[in-house]
Amino acid sequence: MGINRRNFFRALGITGVSLGAGKKLGANPGKKDDKEFSAILYDATRCVGCQSCEFACALANGLPEPDGEDYPVPGTIRKTNENRRTVINAYETSQGEVYAKSQCMHCNQPACVAACLTKAMQKTEEGPVIWWDRKCMGCRYCMISCPFDVPKFEYHSPNPDIVKCNMCFDRVKDGELPACVTDCPAEALTFGTRRELIAEARRRIHEDPDIYYDGIYGEHEAGGTGYLYLSPVPFEELGLNTKIQKKSYPELTKGFLFSVPSVFILWPAMLLGIYNATKNNAKTEEDHE
Amino acid sequence: MSNTNYTLPADNDGRPLLKFLADQLKPKAKILTPFNIISIPIITIGIVLVVIRFVNGIGAVSNVSQEVPWGLWKGFNVVTGVAFAGGAYVITFMVYILNIQKYKSIVRVTVLNGFLAYVFYAGALLLDLGKPWNVINPIIGNSFGVSSVLFLVAWHFLLYMIAQLLEFSPAIAEWIGAKKARGILSGMTIAAVIFGITLSTLHQSGLGALFLMAKEKIHPLWYSEFIPILFFVSSIFAGLSMVISEGSISQKVFFNQINPENRKAHKGILHGLSKICAFTMLVYFFLQIVAFVHGKHWGLLNTRMGHWYLTEMLGFVLLPMALFFYSYRKQNTFLVKISALITMIGVIINRLNVTIIGFRWDAASHYVPSWMEIVVALMILFVEIWIFRWVVRRLPVLRESPSWVMEH
Ligand code: SF4
Ligand code: SF4
Repeated sequence: MGINRRNFFRALGITGVSLGAGKKLGANPGKKDDKEFSAILYDATRCVGCQSCEFACALANGLPEPDGEDYPVPGTIRKTNENRRTVINAYETSQGEVYAKSQCMHCNQPACVAACLTKAMQKTEEGPVIWWDRKCMGCRYCMISCPFDVPKFEYHSPNPDIVKCNMCFDRVKDGELPACVTDCPAEALTFGTRRELIAEARRRIHEDPDIYYDGIYGEHEAGGTGYLYLSPVPFEELGLNTKIQKKSYPELTKGFLFSVPSVFILWPAMLLGIYNATKNNAKTEEDHE
Repeated sequence: MSNTNYTLPADNDGRPLLKFLADQLKPKAKILTPFNIISIPIITIGIVLVVIRFVNGIGAVSNVSQEVPWGLWKGFNVVTGVAFAGGAYVITFMVYILNIQKYKSIVRVTVLNGFLAYVFYAGALLLDLGKPWNVINPIIGNSFGVSSVLFLVAWHFLLYMIAQLLEFSPAIAEWIGAKKARGILSGMTIAAVIFGITLSTLHQSGLGALFLMAKEKIHPLWYSEFIPILFFVSSIFAGLSMVISEGSISQKVFFNQINPENRKAHKGILHGLSKICAFTMLVYFFLQIVAFVHGKHWGLLNTRMGHWYLTEMLGFVLLPMALFFYSYRKQNTFLVKISALITMIGVIINRLNVTIIGFRWDAASHYVPSWMEIVVALMILFVEIWIFRWVVRRLPVLRESPSWVMEH
């Protein structure tokens, strides 16, 4: 179909634009494995819930630091919002109290990026998914689409931004570590390429099968994410959404986007055909059935 | 909203255009009508709220949240409103493509209605954008987010507005007496219609496709991969029900605009439309069943949301469908109008179920629109009706074209 599509593109202007979309989406899955995305491995068995990552993140992004009252307690869920891009929550689990971090998952094929009509959301070649304020029009379609509910919006600003973790893209680009990774005293956060980290996670599970739940959250979720989780307990006990599908989310709109060009070719042709066929019965008064 | 009698500006050759336009701006009917008394305060408050929204941010007037980022303005004004504007592509399809002359007398008013609906829903969309000044980004091409369904919908909105304006433009030309322009513009009608129907098919379904990625967020009874098709099919009877209701009101309000012949023909039109509604609703109901069976959600039926789902399907799809069939057989105009009304309520319920009520149905706190959101939503609707009324009273929309049109 590739060649046909290219012709459609030329012929049809705007339709062609959606064709481009098809190609792009189609091309992604094949590439995803040979691209070396940077990623972060979060090991909940090591995390001590000290919130150092939260402080580091606030400092790095010019956001208010969590105050003394605001710390993880089992039973209350703290959420990321326009003032904090990452939070640690405590969970009462079958293995006692366990902490879990939450932030943007930096999906391999992010729903937010597919959703964004201005390309304000971008999956960088390095791996982090970042947001550019100069392009965003604030439609919040990224928020509708993100399966992890990550992007947050400044509802009380006349010039509102979308707020989410960007894996400290500016630092990563320069070969530095993200702020949270640098500041974690318990080595619960590890930065590396996604492939390395999956191997590392497997090694840890293999060496200590008693400590770890057998699985890496993020390895397949939503088509694979750039944040990977190790946990002592099944993931749903840590508030991680296990209903997330394994296929990537942009996949869900592919069928629709692919059908657009055909409709654009077939409909006008069909309509024109009917028009010509009925043109001469101008006098017919009966119903069309 | 009674009309005073006035002479129609059927032919205004030789009059200077500006003077003519200034003259046309004057009110043409009584000011103190029940509709005005309700709408004027709401519009006034609405304008104040819009100012507050731009100064203090969307959160100052709206209850949308981090979990439910799209509220009433998107779910009602945009998604529902566009479904109701679907009448334009269906009627133009029947009149221009199938060449069914019977519906010719309502083409203009339907297209006008559709066009205004789109203009105002685009307005609602802008209100809801955090950074509306960046809305040009996806249009001028420095940022084509081509893999986005919203990108597609936005473009199709824009193009469709142009197509509708073209379809309607002969009426404008007749109004200002531009004979030559009228000839050229009406020559483009067929092309605009074909283009318009194609765009409509795509963005009516596109509005549904917007929610495809929100797979786990929408209640499973309303989420399926069929959303785009369901949205498309329901836009046919939603639009026609709107045409039926709007037509019935216009028959009364704009009584003296409509020539006796068309007034008589109106009954036939209603019955024709009710038949089409009944059949498309049958198709729609069947598709809903397919989606339901496909999703295997039997267990969910006996829950609160399940009951709500059944209410929608039985009370607002099956019932009005049966009524449409029945009223067609009995040729009962009153019943047609009742069925249209129930259908419209059903479409509103359906669109809100997908976009708001079923969205994050499992979240701890639910989204309920604030009174300010409701006022702004109504304001948009009322301003649209004002403009509609203004145009109908002046342009040859419901009434006959000026005499010079025939001579050509
Ligand atoms: S978690 Fe959400 S915001 Fe982050 S990359 Fe994935 S889709 Fe985008
Ligand atoms: S809110 Fe901004 S970043 Fe999100 S989809 Fe809309 S334009 Fe893109």
